[in-house]
Amino acid sequence: MNINLSVWRQKDAGSKGAFERHSLEDLNKDMSFLEMLDVLNEKLIREGGLPVEFDSDCREGICGQCGIVINGRANGHLEGTTACQMYMRHFKNGECITVEPFKVAAFPVIRDLKIDRSALDRIIQAGGYISVHTGSVPDANAIMISKDDVESAFDSASCIGCGTCVATCKNSSAALFTGAKISHLAKLPQGKVEAQERVVNMVEQMDKDGFGSCTNTEACEAECPQNISVVNIARMNWEYNKALLLR
Amino acid sequence: MNVPHTTLTKKIFIALTGLFLSFFLIIHLAGNLQLLLPEQVAHTQFNSYSHLLSGNPVIKLVSYVLYIAIFYHAFDALMLTIGNWRANDGNYDKDARGEVSSWISRNMGILGSVIFLFLVIHFKDYWYIYKFGETAVDAKGNKDLYIIVIESFKQLWYVVLYVIAMVILGLHLWHGIRSAFTTLGLYHEKYIKLVRYISCLFTFIVSLGFAIIPIVIYLDSK
Amino acid sequence: MLDSKIPKGPLFDKWEEYKSKAKTVSPANKKKLDIIVVGAGLAGASASASLAELGYNVKTFFFQDSSRRAHSVAAQGGINAAKNYQNDSDTVYRHFADTLKGGDFRAREANVYRLAEISSKVIDQAVAQGVPFAREYGGVLSNRSFGGVQVKRTFYARGQTGQQMLLGAYSAFMRQVALGSAKEYKRHEMLDLVVIDGKARGIIARDLVTGNIERHGAHAVILATGGYGKIYYLSTLAIGSNASAQWKVHKRGAYMAGVSWVQFHPTCLPQSGDYQSKLTLMSEALRNDGRIWVPEKKGEERSPNDIPEEERDYYLERKYPSFGNLAPRDIASRSAKEQIDAGLGVGGNKNAVFLDFKDAVKEHGENIIRERYGNLFRMYEKITGVDPYKQPMMISPAAHFTMGGLWVDYELMTTIPGLFAIGEANFSDHGANRLGANSLLQASVDAYFVVPVTIGNYLADEIKSGKVSIDHPAFQEAETKVKEGLDRLISIKGRNSAECYHRRLGEILWNNVGLVRSKESLERAIVLLEEVREDFWHNLLVSGRADEINSELEKAGRVADYLELGSLMAYDALDREESCGAHFRAEYQTEEGEASRNDEKYSYVSVWGGEGDGKAPELFKEELTFDVLKPIVRSYK
Repeated sequence: MNINLSVWRQKDAGSKGAFERHSLEDLNKDMSFLEMLDVLNEKLIREGGLPVEFDSDCREGICGQCGIVINGRANGHLEGTTACQMYMRHFKNGECITVEPFKVAAFPVIRDLKIDRSALDRIIQAGGYISVHTGSVPDANAIMISKDDVESAFDSASCIGCGTCVATCKNSSAALFTGAKISHLAKLPQGKVEAQERVVNMVEQMDKDGFGSCTNTEACEAECPQNISVVNIARMNWEYNKALLLR
Repeated sequence: MNVPHTTLTKKIFIALTGLFLSFFLIIHLAGNLQLLLPEQVAHTQFNSYSHLLSGNPVIKLVSYVLYIAIFYHAFDALMLTIGNWRANDGNYDKDARGEVSSWISRNMGILGSVIFLFLVIHFKDYWYIYKFGETAVDAKGNKDLYIIVIESFKQLWYVVLYVIAMVILGLHLWHGIRSAFTTLGLYHEKYIKLVRYISCLFTFIVSLGFAIIPIVIYLDSK
Repeated sequence: MLDSKIPKGPLFDKWEEYKSKAKTVSPANKKKLDIIVVGAGLAGASASASLAELGYNVKTFFFQDSSRRAHSVAAQGGINAAKNYQNDSDTVYRHFADTLKGGDFRAREANVYRLAEISSKVIDQAVAQGVPFAREYGGVLSNRSFGGVQVKRTFYARGQTGQQMLLGAYSAFMRQVALGSAKEYKRHEMLDLVVIDGKARGIIARDLVTGNIERHGAHAVILATGGYGKIYYLSTLAIGSNASAQWKVHKRGAYMAGVSWVQFHPTCLPQSGDYQSKLTLMSEALRNDGRIWVPEKKGEERSPNDIPEEERDYYLERKYPSFGNLAPRDIASRSAKEQIDAGLGVGGNKNAVFLDFKDAVKEHGENIIRERYGNLFRMYEKITGVDPYKQPMMISPAAHFTMGGLWVDYELMTTIPGLFAIGEANFSDHGANRLGANSLLQASVDAYFVVPVTIGNYLADEIKSGKVSIDHPAFQEAETKVKEGLDRLISIKGRNSAECYHRRLGEILWNNVGLVRSKESLERAIVLLEEVREDFWHNLLVSGRADEINSELEKAGRVADYLELGSLMAYDALDREESCGAHFRAEYQTEEGEASRNDEKYSYVSVWGGEGDGKAPELFKEELTFDVLKPIVRSYK
């Protein structure tokens, strides 16, 4: 198949970016979208140009490193996928495809499609952990957790930290990301000890990093590659309100 | 109690004020529905009801709370919206993100602004005239608001405006109420369903209730 | 001359004995000591967290944009621990024995025992961190049996155990970063080790965003850089996974061991074209219900569902009646390759075998199968566009885990004092083949519980040495060398991208140093690799500059190292004239085609050193002695 690409090129966070157009021919429909970008880069290098910088690592949808906007949708028009799980068969022959980086103030562009998502790490640093010392822990079965609770905690914990929720949100809110971590820990007995400090600190950190606020459009849930539910946001709010009243 | 100044705290105030205003709508609707009683009864009852409201100091206090709530609701929302614009880093050249969320949920600000505009007109036409305007007096000696309302709803353009405003109010409530409950932390799946059901019902009753009054009055007058 | 420093005394007491005797550093002195950790996956992140918690100054370098992205995240199956929660007679000894047997008696007994001994603490640690392992309705942890062992000792978090273990370690690491005791250097790549007076004293790293070359001094360096299976180009590993840190320290004098021992995973999705960048792993659990087969006839053109039963060869069931489709990974992988090489492969590129759920669906109904494997089937359909409920899946083996790595002693220290290697980056516990669900375990054991003890034993003598100065001539020398190396790559200005050489390297290794090796193929590989290297250094094309972000330059550097490591793998496999574990030499097999181990001649670990600047690798041997469990022959017939 043949496609026309309109790819965002930007030298660094301080520079202005612009689109660059390329045509690729004879692509295999079973090729992944990122492999198509590999092919484009091979071509650019051979022609003496600079390849398009983009992030990817595991290429099986679990590491969360890839993440781009394809045709105006975070990670393409399929719901619940990472960019690496998009395949060329999901596009039409001859289609013009627009590729842009996540445009979020908290995720500055490093170059082209590469962005800096350190803000998400900082949210975790603000409290997305249980403070245990290596070794000084009880026996694993000393903490009993109901199957439903642990499964529900897993649903929240499965977040891959890709930032798709932020990119697809019209407010660039990190509520789903933060909510998922807070819910994961709030649903487990181990996490209850620090629950109040945690939620207040993590919510404050979201603001400090310049993320927007959630208006419950629920676009994040639709695009989340791990199908993490917006109920996690409600849970975060619950924990936050509880902390406001009881702390 | 140490209340941190986060956007989430602001949202909680928006949610609380929103729910308070929604609650007020029920009272308001109950009052308005008196207009649909048989004309004789409606005329005196509506006017004495209006008189009761305007004279009662408790109601006066409530009305100030209402004004503050409206102001707070709008002001905080505006502040958050400005913050949200800043959080976006330029716009996507091709933006199809809207495919995964409802138009209503993304445009509460626009809907809210329209409602605000409507409120201004609404106040000007009834509250202002009632308070400061020259009004007739009914048989019981109360200011005759009934006539003012009935006369206004005899004009088609005014009825249309009113109905459109109520549709917009409905849309705002449809997202607003469920959103408020999310912000307040309702996370249990079972109750989320229940609240969504009730909020849909509420939205429907309130907006339909308000919209039906001018329509009925208009048709009656023909 | 290789001293593995195994503590004296009975096997069961060695670790306790070691811990009691190990030197320690006082809390006041720990603050004065710097430790560099390279890599921030499960091993790197948990070591960083644990060491920072002890009070050392930790600096952690990794090329990803967050520690949470390291490839530990992709481990699916589970993690073993001899907890005996299921009351099925599991013991530390049994876990140790299974691991040693699984590794075909090519691992160090004392290390393996320690792995099993500490396993239980890892689960406690992870649960306390909030890892949501599967539980039973009563609230206790659930276990499953994995990798063909008889007991249920595997803990799991759906099919994402690695992700959850990593997130546990990552969160502990982030906590230390927030406290200021650990510092993260994201998007940094280590490009050389600095050795002063024979001791590891720091690293040279490149900031991948600015291209700046930086010097970082420390009193000890820990490599937690994972495995190098990506050397085969097509593998289950991440795009960025590499051997560069390992190879750089190797050239600085750290020996490598068992480098040709690579585990190939049997249930991966086959390659569909030249453009392909990686092979996706499908959980092995699929083999519980799927039946593996190929058509009997070569050049079969019919659709799989049209091929009648009598014309199908369920070769695993035929060859290994007692284990059937559940035969161990190496056997399943090798058998698949045999069928494919015999021209019986299926799919467009004739490079796969069928994994058929037709009978399972018939027996249990589609609903049960959906319940068991729904997510895997969805993933398969997502990638291939084929519905596995209706058509058999196509699978093929792919490089997955490297048992080999940097040689380390009992303290996990390499042959360079002060340089430690943990997790998959080292050679230590898995022997010639890794038991399923032991890799997450090894990374955790090394990082949470072993290295924090052993590094103290080393650092206790380093307190006097004071802050490491990065103005030392050794830093200057290493930095100059790194810069020259980068300039050299850029200045070739040939016509082929690094990717193109990586593909050629992968093909050579897959065909000659892959699932089956022979003297002939290995010697051929050595010659071919020499040619590719020659071509690489003349015709490589790297775009861009060294002093800016440049992913092509990163790739080129990694491929250059892989090209050299590839030859070492061939030398390693050539030396070992026996078949053991994942190492299958065509010349050394029984009449039934099974691996034929030679304990008399090869009961040693091949340790390679002395490489660099054109010198051929030199072989050292660490003799393996088995005091407790005497070697026996594996049989899966």
